[in-house]
Amino acid sequence: MKKVFALVMAAVMVLGMFAGCSSSNAPAATEAPKATEAAKTDAPAAAAGAIKVGAIGPLTGDYAQYGNAVANGIQVAIDEINAKGGLQFELLSEDDQGDPTMSVNAYNVEMEKGMQVLLGTTTSGACAAVADVAKDERVFLLTPSASNPVVNEGKDNVYQVCFTDPNQGASAAQTIKSLGVGEKIAVIWNNAQDYSTSIYQSFMGKAKEIGLEVVSDTTFSDDSNADFSVQLQDAANAGADLVFLPIYYTPIVAIMQQADAAGYGFKFFGVDGMDGLLSVEGFNTALAEGSYMLTPFDANKTDELTSAFVSTYKAKYGDTPNQFAADAYDAMYIFYAACQDLGFTAETSAQDVCEAMIPWMQSYTYTGLTGEGMVWTADGCVSKVATAYIIKDGAYASVG
Amino acid sequence: MTMFLSNLISGISLGSVYAIIALGYTMVYGIAKMLNFAHGDIIMVGAYICFCCLYSLGFSPFVGILASMAVCTLLGILIERLAYKPLRQATSLSVLITAIGMSYFLQNLAQIIWGANPKSFQTVIPAGNVSLMGGELKISYVSLVTIAASVVVMLALSLFVGRSKMGRAMRCVSEDKGAAQLMGVNVDLTISVTFAIGSALAAIAGVLMCSAYPTLKPTTGAMPGIKAFTAAVFGGIGSIPGAMLGGILLGVIEILGRAYVSSELGDAFVFAVLILVLLVKPTGLLGKKIQEKV
Repeated sequence: MKKVFALVMAAVMVLGMFAGCSSSNAPAATEAPKATEAAKTDAPAAAAGAIKVGAIGPLTGDYAQYGNAVANGIQVAIDEINAKGGLQFELLSEDDQGDPTMSVNAYNVEMEKGMQVLLGTTTSGACAAVADVAKDERVFLLTPSASNPVVNEGKDNVYQVCFTDPNQGASAAQTIKSLGVGEKIAVIWNNAQDYSTSIYQSFMGKAKEIGLEVVSDTTFSDDSNADFSVQLQDAANAGADLVFLPIYYTPIVAIMQQADAAGYGFKFFGVDGMDGLLSVEGFNTALAEGSYMLTPFDANKTDELTSAFVSTYKAKYGDTPNQFAADAYDAMYIFYAACQDLGFTAETSAQDVCEAMIPWMQSYTYTGLTGEGMVWTADGCVSKVATAYIIKDGAYASVG
Repeated sequence: MTMFLSNLISGISLGSVYAIIALGYTMVYGIAKMLNFAHGDIIMVGAYICFCCLYSLGFSPFVGILASMAVCTLLGILIERLAYKPLRQATSLSVLITAIGMSYFLQNLAQIIWGANPKSFQTVIPAGNVSLMGGELKISYVSLVTIAASVVVMLALSLFVGRSKMGRAMRCVSEDKGAAQLMGVNVDLTISVTFAIGSALAAIAGVLMCSAYPTLKPTTGAMPGIKAFTAAVFGGIGSIPGAMLGGILLGVIEILGRAYVSSELGDAFVFAVLILVLLVKPTGLLGKKIQEKV
């Protein structure tokens, strides 16, 4: 038995040697970011009178980077707010791997623990499932990142911090047209994902309306997201000069590298899912040079709010925060404002929070990391401008 | 025509990666008679080790590949000793479940160590391509190296199993574990060596795969692992040339299916072909029919 123990210890130590490279700016090997745990354990020992805020998202699995970003973004905001004294908050964070069934289970677990409001869930599919349950139980959802319209269609209790997919698709088409960045457009989208499908559909609708020429239209799925030779070749054969990518940044890394290796000279245009691309460890940012994207958040902005958030986040988790983390941070501050305005305490029931939040959200105006003067419609959609950026010298620069 | 050739080469290149992974699956199955579902995740670990050597420690690609092979070999032996060996007398179902558990364990361990954010793998093979047919057909170096590597690995493995003393021991254990032991074959050692070789192959596959398809995250190995398992069954599980053939065919079918049938149905196409082949030839393309003697 001792031998076995020694072997295991040796293995752990060997792996530990490599742990240091999890992030180039992590202080030391032993402090490598353990995002999932950090989100749970860093909460100051649940003060008795803390308002319980729920977060649900994929902390493990294929979409883990998004769920962790959201949980971490909320945690950064909570730490700041708790440090001010006054109202205290506690984060309940659960993993759903982006799966609707697991998400509903996670929701039930958090309700058992006394959750008063849910700042989630992270992904659209799971959020729609949880929202159905929460609508009947009268629990308020303020989702930082679930951008699909299915999330709040016919549900009065769900509000979004991020802008909606159809908005983005249409404004992407509009931006391409008005900037004149591409004549012949190829689209590569993920047909297994609500987010991508929804942006794709509204993009195609708008493109037709304003006369953009889409010459190549190809898809992939989560199960085949490594090889893009077929899609890129189709685009090249059709003579495309701009590739529109309504997808998350992980496959974009592969698409850009494969397009470069094959020697195609495409320009790329991404949406908010592309945010995070430049901080992928090992990614050659020269490949993204001259690409366009729409995003509400730019980690390189030098205003006080952004730089304070980015530096705290980096110090705590060793990564540059992406748009998901920023939206989550904003969501927490929106709820904090609500608590102050509406006088919520740790004793307020989730139902009372919900009924008070719904009218309040429609009259509230918020300015934060991801936008100025944000207001909400009764459908729960936010008015937010999608700003177009161009990637220049490895950073976002304004277009024009 | 050029487009067809270009797709064909992409397919062979993708298939070669599947083939190297499938060789590991098929070897472990052929000799230890178990499906090591954690094989795909060893690929992921191999790629991460190589990534660390190149990116954080600044080693040369050659050292990176050797280091990742060494770590994966150790990991393979360790997994076999800790998780599978105690179950050698248990039903095959228990071993199967243990293997699936091991797969999830490795994925989550990788996430704790390296984080959930994807990394972009720096290719170990110089970027660039060979132009043929007056520049119309471009073949990247990565594709060429991947294809060559899979052929070399397949030949070396065939020679090792067919000619060496350890290879003979492997074939004995495969045929009859009990009898092999009676004849003085060290069964435990043989199975450990099988796992060691399989895992070293997984490291090579990981590095090559991430050189061609550069996104690296804790779940990177899962889907290629399943496809390679399909390839091994397709070619006839337990057969080394079968794994090679199955892998390459699978890659070609996947890419051509996506290019000419529908980019949405690439995977559906692959598995439909698998079902058809198994209906006609249940042992796979090159699988042998084993007759039980009574």
